[in-house]
Amino acid sequence: MSDGSENAIRLSGLGRDYGDRPALTGVDLELPADASLAVLGPNGSGKSTLLRILATLLRPSRGEVSVLGTELPKDAWKLRGRIGYLGHQPMLYEDLSGRENLEFQARMYGIPAAEAKARIDADLEVVGMGRRAGDRVSDYSAGMKQRIAICRAVLHRPRLLLLDEPDSNLDPEGREAARSLIGHPCDLGWESDGPVTRVVVSHDPQGARAEADQVLELRIGAAA
Amino acid sequence: MTPSRQAFMAVVGKDLRIELRTMRSLPAMVLFAVTTFIIFRFGLDRTALSGSLASGVVWTTLLFAAVLGINRIFLAEREEGGFDAFRLAPVDRAVLFAAKAAVLFLYLAVLELIVIPVFAVFFLQEWSGLLPLIVILMATNLGFAALGTLISSMAVNSRARDLLVPLLLLPLVVPLMIAATSATAPLLDVGGPSYDKFGTWLLVLGLYDGIFCLVGYAVFDFLLED
Repeated sequence: MSDGSENAIRLSGLGRDYGDRPALTGVDLELPADASLAVLGPNGSGKSTLLRILATLLRPSRGEVSVLGTELPKDAWKLRGRIGYLGHQPMLYEDLSGRENLEFQARMYGIPAAEAKARIDADLEVVGMGRRAGDRVSDYSAGMKQRIAICRAVLHRPRLLLLDEPDSNLDPEGREAARSLIGHPCDLGWESDGPVTRVVVSHDPQGARAEADQVLELRIGAAA
Repeated sequence: MTPSRQAFMAVVGKDLRIELRTMRSLPAMVLFAVTTFIIFRFGLDRTALSGSLASGVVWTTLLFAAVLGINRIFLAEREEGGFDAFRLAPVDRAVLFAAKAAVLFLYLAVLELIVIPVFAVFFLQEWSGLLPLIVILMATNLGFAALGTLISSMAVNSRARDLLVPLLLLPLVVPLMIAATSATAPLLDVGGPSYDKFGTWLLVLGLYDGIFCLVGYAVFDFLLED
């Protein structure tokens, strides 16, 4: 972990409403670069909303948000390509194969073809999907989709990993395999162009605390 | 940022690959158009059509066949998380508009390549107007593609998208249809094509295309926001 002089994420009074209903209220946070943050809380406490705000997929209703030195939502475009986001949905096209999905992702992120192929091959082997990568995603089990989705989230070697229950649908072997792709920044088997910061939403407090440098607990509509 | 041309080609290639694999849009559009021609054939009880009636039959059929394709153009993006993936990528968002419009344009071109000969066999005694008709078809397709992509992106997040697309599209497409049918009618006259006001209507089509391409380019970024 860094000495904390540079914060990868800084939140002050962050809030988000859906219509009249507040989903997130008064969240303050300072997270250094190359640290891992666990976000805990019951259903409906705004964990996924927080992650989507950090990913620039949602606009905050109030408060200040700075991610990798970029003010959101004003300069959100500057963050594009620097975030690896793994949400509830695997964001994979069902009628393409796992490999085709990753190749499409690589082209969208401007990764040179040779480098993309090397990364895709390596990452697929890591998550144990090398042999099934040519099958259509619609033929995969939920766990297999999650493995490909993990490869998709890190293919462009992002500076910020935003992971919404990354272990969901994964068997113990899959969880272990995924660690070198989406584990603690110190354990990652790939390099980015700077320190990698990780935010994980989890429903497993014990497991999440064990590998997190900081914990943010959310209650319904507010930070604890 | 990823070069726009690379991202454009990636999206177009992905959509065409999925369509070739699943055949979800084009066969339905073709089947609809051919069935409609058959209904017109027996409904009108005419073995030959010409002029404005022929033009009306062609464009009514193509318009409603196009709606089928327009309804589905963003469906994979919506249902499989493609919108979020695109919003995270370092790509100019107008690229998605351009790529989807290009895919829709190609669908319409393939549709016409199949169904216009069917129309000619069913209804036309004089085929020489079909060659200049290609120019009108392409100019109208561009307008359909730009407006259709715009409308589809607005409606796709609604549960009532199947209803919203025609409701929003049909009033806006009226000027395009007036220009297209007016330009087509003289081409399908009995005595062979005449080019009365052909240039004027082509100019109207070009203006319409230009306006909706620009509007789409300008507002698409906002339509992708949460």
